[in-house]
Amino acid sequence: MASPPADRVTYREAVREAIREALLRDPRVFLMGEDVGRYGGAYAVSKGLLAEFGPERIRDTPLSESTFVGAGIGAALGGTRPIVEVMTVNFSLLALDQIVNNAATIRHMSGGGFSVPLVIRMATGAGRQLAAQHAHSLEGWFAHVPGLRIVTPATIEDARGMLWTALENPDPVLIFEHQALYNLEGELPAGAGAVDIDRAAVRRPGRDVTLVTYGGTLVKTLAAAETLAGENIHAEVIDLRTLRPLDMDTVLASVRKTRRVVVVDEGWRSGSLAGEILARIAESAFYDLDAPVRRVCSAEVPIPYPKHLEDAALPQPAAVVEAVRALVPAGAAA
Amino acid sequence: MIEFRMPSLGADMEAGTLVEWVKKPGDPVARGDIIAVVDTEKGAIEIEVFDAGVIESTVVEPGAKVPVGTLLAVIRAPGEGPGAPAAGAAASAAAPQPPSAAAPSPAAAIVTRARVSPAARKRAGELQVDVGAIEASGPDGSITVADVERAAARRRAPAAPADRATSMRGAIGAAMARAKREIPHLYLTTTVDLSRSLAWLTAENQRRAVADRLLPVVLFIKAAARACVEVPAVNGFWTESGFTAGAGVHIGCAIALRGGGLVAPALHDVDRKPLDVLARELADLVKRARAGGLRSSEMSDATITVTNLGDLGVESAYAIIHPPQVAILAVGRVVERPWVAEGRIEPRSVVSMSVSADHRATDGREAGLFLAAIDRALQAPESL
Repeated sequence: MASPPADRVTYREAVREAIREALLRDPRVFLMGEDVGRYGGAYAVSKGLLAEFGPERIRDTPLSESTFVGAGIGAALGGTRPIVEVMTVNFSLLALDQIVNNAATIRHMSGGGFSVPLVIRMATGAGRQLAAQHAHSLEGWFAHVPGLRIVTPATIEDARGMLWTALENPDPVLIFEHQALYNLEGELPAGAGAVDIDRAAVRRPGRDVTLVTYGGTLVKTLAAAETLAGENIHAEVIDLRTLRPLDMDTVLASVRKTRRVVVVDEGWRSGSLAGEILARIAESAFYDLDAPVRRVCSAEVPIPYPKHLEDAALPQPAAVVEAVRALVPAGAAA
Repeated sequence: MIEFRMPSLGADMEAGTLVEWVKKPGDPVARGDIIAVVDTEKGAIEIEVFDAGVIESTVVEPGAKVPVGTLLAVIRAPGEGPGAPAAGAAASAAAPQPPSAAAPSPAAAIVTRARVSPAARKRAGELQVDVGAIEASGPDGSITVADVERAAARRRAPAAPADRATSMRGAIGAAMARAKREIPHLYLTTTVDLSRSLAWLTAENQRRAVADRLLPVVLFIKAAARACVEVPAVNGFWTESGFTAGAGVHIGCAIALRGGGLVAPALHDVDRKPLDVLARELADLVKRARAGGLRSSEMSDATITVTNLGDLGVESAYAIIHPPQVAILAVGRVVERPWVAEGRIEPRSVVSMSVSADHRATDGREAGLFLAAIDRALQAPESL
């Protein structure tokens, strides 16, 4: 695929290409999860990989998250580089004990003697009418846990590049792929590869307000920024990329410049990652703020199935635009 | 009802700009309370009220420039009922219950507290903009950085420091021209041996913490005040009806301002205050004169002025009387000179002092007695 100049690919293809590359590069890498083999993955990410790499390296697992995530931890301890796919973040709760009590703690509890170089990929978020048990955004919960690294590729390039960087990390990395992004299409430069996962990225520069977001809401936030630009309000859009550890330097530098901030987060507002980010801004940049901090989060309901209700429950560009308008005085942007 | 009018803060003031009301309708006031801040050519002055009562209404809005004597507010004297429901009796509207007339004010204060964003507050500090007088454009009526910067730009434009210096120069010029035109000045000068004073001061200061040390100028001011008590003819005012002696000895201290200009606010009842207190009050007066924040009484009721040019290196000076006062004492630099004492030539620290006096109010004899009294006082510093 990665041939001449730039390829037009989907997010799904970019993830698949990343897995392929990892399998080709390192014989210790294998993929396991429910339906990743013969079915090609719930989101068709691993379609074709079983034929190419065989059942040793593309492993279907039983419907038992605790078991196969635990097996992944054991395999990582045993010297391999497992990529474990959990179908959606809702199901990862069945493996919460393995992730939080084992994967995240073993380096610490062994006094640095053992590490768990495990990568867990999972789909998160709503927007495809999958209803409450398949559509929540719980990455903020995992971002609470020391010992884990949480990354959220929001662009084709990050979908292509973050996996290899994650596999090189000696500690467990959870990659949250927003299910609404799989069909996203974009240019992937030839030779695109591993990307930095330590730094947030400024996806759109601006001077009047900072919009902090990640994952599935980046697209919506950029759309909001576009609308605002038509009103001569120039929003700077920051893609966090990594939810743990947070790159607050990039966020704070932006807030100190624009003096206003809105966090856009598909998680529920109460106890959210958005709350953590705003708290850190208030701790470090209080005297640089020119307006109250604001956030646009999901409605505090289980995500509904009907499309109009699902749309209403999720952060949408219009809500972001409205939040910004309340902060930036009309015509007084400077 | 008591009418509170724009005060004259010195002979050179014709009008003032009301900057803010410190008290508002419904507030009780006592004599000496600061009621408003007025901007004059000499900077912002805190205006005191001379009567006790309750503010009935304010007549002039902040920002308005009005001539001296203009009605600013109406004060209800103690025992007087609230005014007829005529013009501007707004205070009572909030509270229908008459007994708790003062109650609504704290609530009102909370409501009117400006919302200032942290960044705007910081910027206002940097630009020295008063956030109380800024128009807000931010969310929920808050003041933003942009508002502060706009206010700072506006302030720079019409009332730039150079502008104030120019108008102040004009005001001083007008007052001094009037003084030279109207007052027949007589000038007397003498040289005072300061050996005793300085020796006493040195010994005294050795016992004091650095911050509490006394400067010679404090002795001069106190000595002048003592002399005023002995020679009341130099301490007071010349008006159309002739000379009126000052009710106390309030010494105007000429203070040069940074960026040019001069004010001479009064130290009150100098003859009755110990040196410690005077030193503290003088330091405070200088600080407030330069930072803004002088009070109206200080600006208007000096009974005689002392100008100390010694620290500029000036050896002696003849000053112009600040009307309506009738005398001014100019003090030069303390210098070491050969001095004949008890038939021997000795090096002594001496200072030149001159008095300019209004010949309509007094004459050379009294002015001479005044200088002699100062000299005598400085020969007995321990009694000052």
